[in-house]
Amino acid sequence: MKATYSLFLVFGLVLVALIGVGGLGLHYLFGVIIPYVAVLCFILGFICKVLNWGRSPVPFRIPTTAGQQFSLPWIKQNKIDNPSTMWGVVLRMFFEIFTFRSLFRNTKVELYDGPKLAYASAKWLWLFALMFHYAFLVIFIRHMRFFTEPVPSIFQFIDKVDGVLQVGAPHIYITEIIILVGLAFLLLRRILDPKIRYISLPADYFPLFLILGIVVSGILMRFFVKTDVVGIKQITMGLVMLKPVLPKSVGTIFYVHLFLVSVLLIYFPFSKLMHMGGVFLSPTRNMINNNRMKRHVNPWNYPVKVHTYEAYEDEFREKMVEAGLPVDKPLEQSPAENKE
Amino acid sequence: MYDGGKILAGLAIFVLIFTFPFWYNIGNAAYQRPKLEKPKEKNCVESVEFMRADHMQLLNEWRDEYVREHITTYKSHLTGKKIRISLTKTCLKCHPNRDKFCDKCHASLAVSPYCWDCHVTPKGDSNEK
Ligand code: HEC
Ligand code: HEC
Ligand code: HEC
Repeated sequence: MKATYSLFLVFGLVLVALIGVGGLGLHYLFGVIIPYVAVLCFILGFICKVLNWGRSPVPFRIPTTAGQQFSLPWIKQNKIDNPSTMWGVVLRMFFEIFTFRSLFRNTKVELYDGPKLAYASAKWLWLFALMFHYAFLVIFIRHMRFFTEPVPSIFQFIDKVDGVLQVGAPHIYITEIIILVGLAFLLLRRILDPKIRYISLPADYFPLFLILGIVVSGILMRFFVKTDVVGIKQITMGLVMLKPVLPKSVGTIFYVHLFLVSVLLIYFPFSKLMHMGGVFLSPTRNMINNNRMKRHVNPWNYPVKVHTYEAYEDEFREKMVEAGLPVDKPLEQSPAENKE
Repeated sequence: MYDGGKILAGLAIFVLIFTFPFWYNIGNAAYQRPKLEKPKEKNCVESVEFMRADHMQLLNEWRDEYVREHITTYKSHLTGKKIRISLTKTCLKCHPNRDKFCDKCHASLAVSPYCWDCHVTPKGDSNEK
């Protein structure tokens, strides 16, 4: 239900662009205004979100890590999973961001043979998530050919490597296939596994369907619903050089693609997709576990008025002595005694 | 803000990366459609709009038809004339200078068809220079 709802939401968006551009001819709205709003929304929204996160205090180190912490010299420390140095943290963050290490440690729980409980490693999510994200990254970088003139050789090189199969004309890209496979897995995982379906929300399905929509519209444009690619570059270059032009030769399919990308950019800062920035701010990943080496002061500490034992005894010494309680200083020497 | 310096530095990098197309092009001349060498003939194989969008697919079909089924002619939907299927002897007869025609567009879009590894070009083959 939540999945169908999200799917139809994406269909609706496609329809909006189809009607808006194909039917009503609102090329300027869909080709200039919405993309600019989207880019602004994405950049400013992203910054606000991160600043907002940055304001929360993180006084303590959270050692929920999968490794032995720094301890006695004869106990072997896990320097990356439970780092006590800055370099350890840098490495841990590197592996988290580039190889999704916490997904790699994913486990699944299963009942077998009646009531026996078993934990097993589950690497599929890690594998397909990695495929999906890297394919997305390469596709993103490849698109820079539409935003640079002349195209720097690094982008040409990545394009060449991605198209190395040389199948068909225009040739297919390896990442086109990988991202589809990755997305298919991530979606089917949510739809077919009852446990995951139970905890999935429209906020999980919608971004997947939206990205699928972007990928499919891009593939359609490249292979099936062809349009004037040089005209597309005129539009994209016009946008980034702030001199928008809208050649007539570019078909509606491009505007559908562009509109879906704009929606993704607008949606991004408000959604779970913010894990792109969030991963850098994960408190369990980005802090040195030095709880026992450095004093960390809790900023929420209420300024407590303290009453030391010395002052307490000064106050009640007479009564304590009367009651026969031991005191640190005998009664005769106390200032209270001198007064009498 | 805790670790404010690091967070701000991270945000600066974020902005720098995601505004790349905007600052990279500052000062460059506005993008123009590549100026192509105009052939003397009046018509291409198909309409110009079709050729702009579809010439790769057309060539792909030509290649398969010629090599696999030995179909050697193609009937144009534009003029109805029968056209000989050939990359060098048809396309490059009317568009003889590859550098000034095909590759003008291709360079601008980082496309580098590998066809010329085997097929010859009469003029303007930058690979051979
Ligand atoms: C109007 C600009 C333009 C002209 C002129 C042009 N091309 Fe292209 N060509 C393109 C674009 C754009 C692409 C790639 C489309 C894409 O990346 O989706 C392409 C792709 C190709 C491809 C497929 C490459 C691949 O591996 O994907 C071939 C083959 C090709 N062109 C051949 C030619 C030949 C031969 C000529 C000259 C007779 C020519 N083109 C002239 C714009 C042009
Ligand atoms: C009979 C001569 C002739 C042949 C053969 C021919 N062309 Fe053309 N082509 C033309 C002419 C003339 C134009 C320009 C039409 C215009 O601008 O009105 C043109 C335009 C084009 C364009 C669009 C350029 C632009 O202005 O954006 C492309 C792409 C193209 N041809 C590719 C090819 C390819 C690929 C082949 C081989 C399949 C081919 N042509 C064969 C004559 C020819
Ligand atoms: C590995 C070498 C090689 C590459 C690369 C290659 N071809 Fe060919 N092509 C051939 C051979 C060999 C023939 C057959 C020639 C014959 O039988 O006369 C041929 C035939 C053709 C033909 C029909 C005959 C003719 O005279 O043109 C077309 C069209 C064609 N190729 C298009 C392409 C296109 C488009 C590309 C690039 C996307 C390409 N080829 C890449 C080797 C190659």
